[in-house]
Amino acid sequence: MSGGSTEAPVALFGGIYSNHWALRAAITDARTRGAKAFYCLGDLGAFGPHPDLVFPILRENNVQTLSGNYDDSIARGLDDCQCGYTDPRDNHFARISYQYTLQKTSPRNREWLAALPGEIRFVMAEKRVLLCHGSPRQRNEFLWESTTPDAFLLKLFRNHDADVILATHTGLKWRRRLSGGQLFANVGVLGRPENDGTTQVGYTLLRSSDEHGLEVEFVPVAYDHEQLAREMRAEGLPAEFIETIESGWWTTCLEVLPSKERSRGKW
Amino acid sequence: MLDLDAPCVDLRSLDEVWFQVAGTLCNLSCNHCFISCNPGNHSFGFLDLAKIRPFLAESVKLGVKEYYFTGGEPFLNREIVPILEETLRLGPATVLTNGTVFRGRLVNELRRIAEGSQYSLEIRVSIDGPDKETNDPIRGEGSFEDAMRGVQQLAQSGFLPIITMVQTWADSDTLKVLDQFGAELKRRGCVRPRFKILPTLRIGMEATRTRGYLSEERITREMLEGYDTSQLICSHSRIVTDQGVAICPILIESPVAHMGSTLEETLRPFAVDQPACYTCYLFGSICTNTGAALSGRDC
Ligand code: SF4
Ligand code: SF4
Ligand SMILES: [Fe+2]
Repeated sequence: MSGGSTEAPVALFGGIYSNHWALRAAITDARTRGAKAFYCLGDLGAFGPHPDLVFPILRENNVQTLSGNYDDSIARGLDDCQCGYTDPRDNHFARISYQYTLQKTSPRNREWLAALPGEIRFVMAEKRVLLCHGSPRQRNEFLWESTTPDAFLLKLFRNHDADVILATHTGLKWRRRLSGGQLFANVGVLGRPENDGTTQVGYTLLRSSDEHGLEVEFVPVAYDHEQLAREMRAEGLPAEFIETIESGWWTTCLEVLPSKERSRGKW
Repeated sequence: MLDLDAPCVDLRSLDEVWFQVAGTLCNLSCNHCFISCNPGNHSFGFLDLAKIRPFLAESVKLGVKEYYFTGGEPFLNREIVPILEETLRLGPATVLTNGTVFRGRLVNELRRIAEGSQYSLEIRVSIDGPDKETNDPIRGEGSFEDAMRGVQQLAQSGFLPIITMVQTWADSDTLKVLDQFGAELKRRGCVRPRFKILPTLRIGMEATRTRGYLSEERITREMLEGYDTSQLICSHSRIVTDQGVAICPILIESPVAHMGSTLEETLRPFAVDQPACYTCYLFGSICTNTGAALSGRDC
């Protein structure tokens, strides 16, 4: 078969972190770009307000969803979000948002989370596509651009029988094409801005390409972040989180950033 | 031969390769150094680029994720810049230093190779407290000022050094200590300090400073049942020394820790029945750059 480029693109949403406004904006945007299928790579809650609002949007739009570390923790009622922070300040804020999300997620939605798969696979343009949360081997593994060697990615492709691997979890998007044509991309997140001083968030389109079979396109999403900030304030969520939504700079959970990624931010 | 009754840890995946790049040679002689490094300790020698190259080549075949450089004091090694430069073509590198031997030219060279790579170069500077009163009795007279100067030079040239501290204070004082130290670092131009706190390892010099391990403090097979061994660095790392490849940075002085002359030869389980293993067991991945991610240790 030739002309895989006639296949419709699919939209990939990274961590939502309860940002229901951004999720709605991304779905609308992806539709206008011709996306026919939607996937979410996990971490529905955390950070933002009213975690239950995200679930109906996912269900109504038939977004195929896999389970992130946060979802796993909320589903099982664990003590923490499994992000593994050790910095006392990061831990403090992580705990506040985790407790809030755990309390505000309904039993029915927690059951729904518990039933989510750990990975999703499909074939597109004859390529084996693997969607996962952190990495194919570990749900809460951080794959940052500046700490993920080609040789390590090749090992993941070998061990997990895939041509394209897509992940989220870190909050920062990036992509790399390897010498054998394999494609890795971190699809970014819808939940909070990219630590770049802008308020927009983003998602990723996977589309066919004549040259490589498949390629990714990162799509920025502007949404009503002021409304989100108002809701967060009304819910008593930490001022530090609201500052991130309004300023575009991360203020917490910075310890996990490698130096190259950290240098690009403000804090 | 592996003792079948011993508590064993499998190598799940070789994610980190360590290089004992300065052997046991150090310009300082801290009294908590767990391999008792000092200016005259030649038990382990420097690794040069020629010795390191074959291990780098092997690491690529094995899909290694990160590289760590330790000693002794890595920046005493004259080939450290070309070694790091070559490593940074393959993946991210972390150097564990005492921060006291930087000169302007070295820092500039490090900056050049850090900027030239797509991968991160992390510099971890070991200090033992927010002031010389806490630090110097452990690390030596004047070492606090020397290290702070090093941190300042790194920060000025655009690095974000990670300050690692072996905890020498009560748990309840941690936030206070970090606040004080953060303020001091800011005054000195290191505006975004990053901290990493390590538990004390009770071997080497440390055994005489506080107390050694009690003989019953060992990991048993029962203790490993249901335990997440990924928290132990020996489940995902090996260390290259000038005398071959050993299990982990903590145990290099112990003959049982030496597993082979290539990385390939060391891809097998290890019996974690050494006294220091008990601390790893209690504190988990004591040596990570970041919580969930991978390993490192006090220099
Ligand atoms: S702890 Fe580090 S700085 Fe101190 S003697 Fe040992 S190697 Fe040198
Ligand atoms: S000291 Fe720790 S890392 Fe080294 S072998 Fe023992 S348990 Fe493993
Ligand atoms: Fe996550």
